[in-house]
Amino acid sequence: MAAAIGLASIAAAAAASAQPPAGAASCSGCHPASTRVTSPVPRLAGLDRAAIVTAMQDFRSGKRAGTVMDRIAKGFTDDEIQAIAAWYAAQK
Amino acid sequence: MKISRRRFLGLGLAASGALVPLPAFAQGAGPRVVVVGGGFAGASCARALRQADPRIAVTLVEPSPTFTACPFSNAVIAGLRELSAQQFTYDRVAAGGIARARTSATAVDAQARSVTLADGAHLSYDRLVLAPGIDIRWGALPGYDEPASAQMPHAWRAGEQTLLLRRQLEAMDDGGLVVISAPANPFRCPPGPYERASLIAHYLKTKKPKSKLIVLDAKDTFSKQRLFQSAWAELYPGLLEWVPLSKGGAVTSVEAATRTLVTDFGRHAAHVANVIPPQKAGRIADAAGVADRTGWCPIDPVTFESKLQPRIHVIGDAAIAGAMPKSAFAANAQAKTCAAAVATLLAGGTPSAPKLINTCYSLVAPDYGISVAGVYQPSPSGQLADVPGAGGVSPAEAPRATRAAEAVLAEAWFRTITGEVFG
Repeated sequence: MAAAIGLASIAAAAAASAQPPAGAASCSGCHPASTRVTSPVPRLAGLDRAAIVTAMQDFRSGKRAGTVMDRIAKGFTDDEIQAIAAWYAAQK
Repeated sequence: MKISRRRFLGLGLAASGALVPLPAFAQGAGPRVVVVGGGFAGASCARALRQADPRIAVTLVEPSPTFTACPFSNAVIAGLRELSAQQFTYDRVAAGGIARARTSATAVDAQARSVTLADGAHLSYDRLVLAPGIDIRWGALPGYDEPASAQMPHAWRAGEQTLLLRRQLEAMDDGGLVVISAPANPFRCPPGPYERASLIAHYLKTKKPKSKLIVLDAKDTFSKQRLFQSAWAELYPGLLEWVPLSKGGAVTSVEAATRTLVTDFGRHAAHVANVIPPQKAGRIADAAGVADRTGWCPIDPVTFESKLQPRIHVIGDAAIAGAMPKSAFAANAQAKTCAAAVATLLAGGTPSAPKLINTCYSLVAPDYGISVAGVYQPSPSGQLADVPGAGGVSPAEAPRATRAAEAVLAEAWFRTITGEVFG
């Protein structure tokens, strides 16, 4: 039993660490995950973490104009923005 | 490693014995997930499952060799785009290590965890994901059965019906009457009937300007209404007339042979009639016992697991997703959220509360786009609810350059999402 529990906790941790934080999975509906897609909307993978945070905060406050990001950014807290930015910055 | 209280409690439950089964990984070979339906929801979920954990054996059940996308199919109807631009193969999905069953699912045994296929084969699963899209409720609108759709196309599942409606418009003489019947909520693609009305009006204005378009609506309000109506007044005055429920817009029956739509207030004999009929979840949902009396599927907002059957998840248009509309964007976002939850559950973990986004573009003219966006999270009442203060539609007052920019973004969205799902 103990061995099975150990296996379960390792598997759970592995699955959890690979997964995007709340909200992040939706972004690639518009921000291309693939480099093969051409779009005026920037890829997020590998972008600078602080740049993503600043962009989201500025869209949210209205400092930066957006077409839809101004409306979407208002749905995210500072902590959520930090987690999403860190996750995308770590992607390739 | 930081272990959250929730995950710690989850492990505690597992350790206590029979309450929670051992994770599928502990039982030997990788866990098996069957995904039924190869649209925006199903194909996205199959791929996201493999990305979340390559040990999961994923089988995608889909009879069609190609997928025909509904978003932008209104542009095909209006002659602005070819149907081939809407079609995608499953070659790259299969190349990602996803097994394909090229047939349809006919039954589900939730206790035995087995799906029956049309060819008689059975697929066992640890978790099942149903993404069956919509079915038409044939006969729910008196007179509108399957043969009637050959005279009065619905074109609400893209493909031959899309081309039929286009051919009928092309064959119509200038000065003809086109009638669209829009259904009551809920239905696939809430702004879809109004985008379709807009682009058909654009076709008539440019090719057959003496013609008229009437939208008979079973509702008094609709998605992006002020934006659509303001654009119609600007672009299609005198050509496009919207008749709401309160003005007698609800179609009560149709007569296919004469393309006649009947309301409580009169009869409309159309040269071209597009009946967007009442809908329900695709039929495997009913066979699996995951659809309720409404015809749609109640789900847990964290995992998308059915509230009616264990270990069966429902995503996309078939699901009752609270405030989230039945859109391709929502289907794709739900698919990725569900895949992460399924992978976590299979590994013995507890999925954390998700946040989801929807963005829907509509074209009012080829160079005139508008949008609606929303952000969603599970509410205390167990529904997916709007995050307060977020989301909404394009500004009511905006220069044409803004509308043109949103039309460009609409096309970019289509390339991006189809690239992610099928590319």
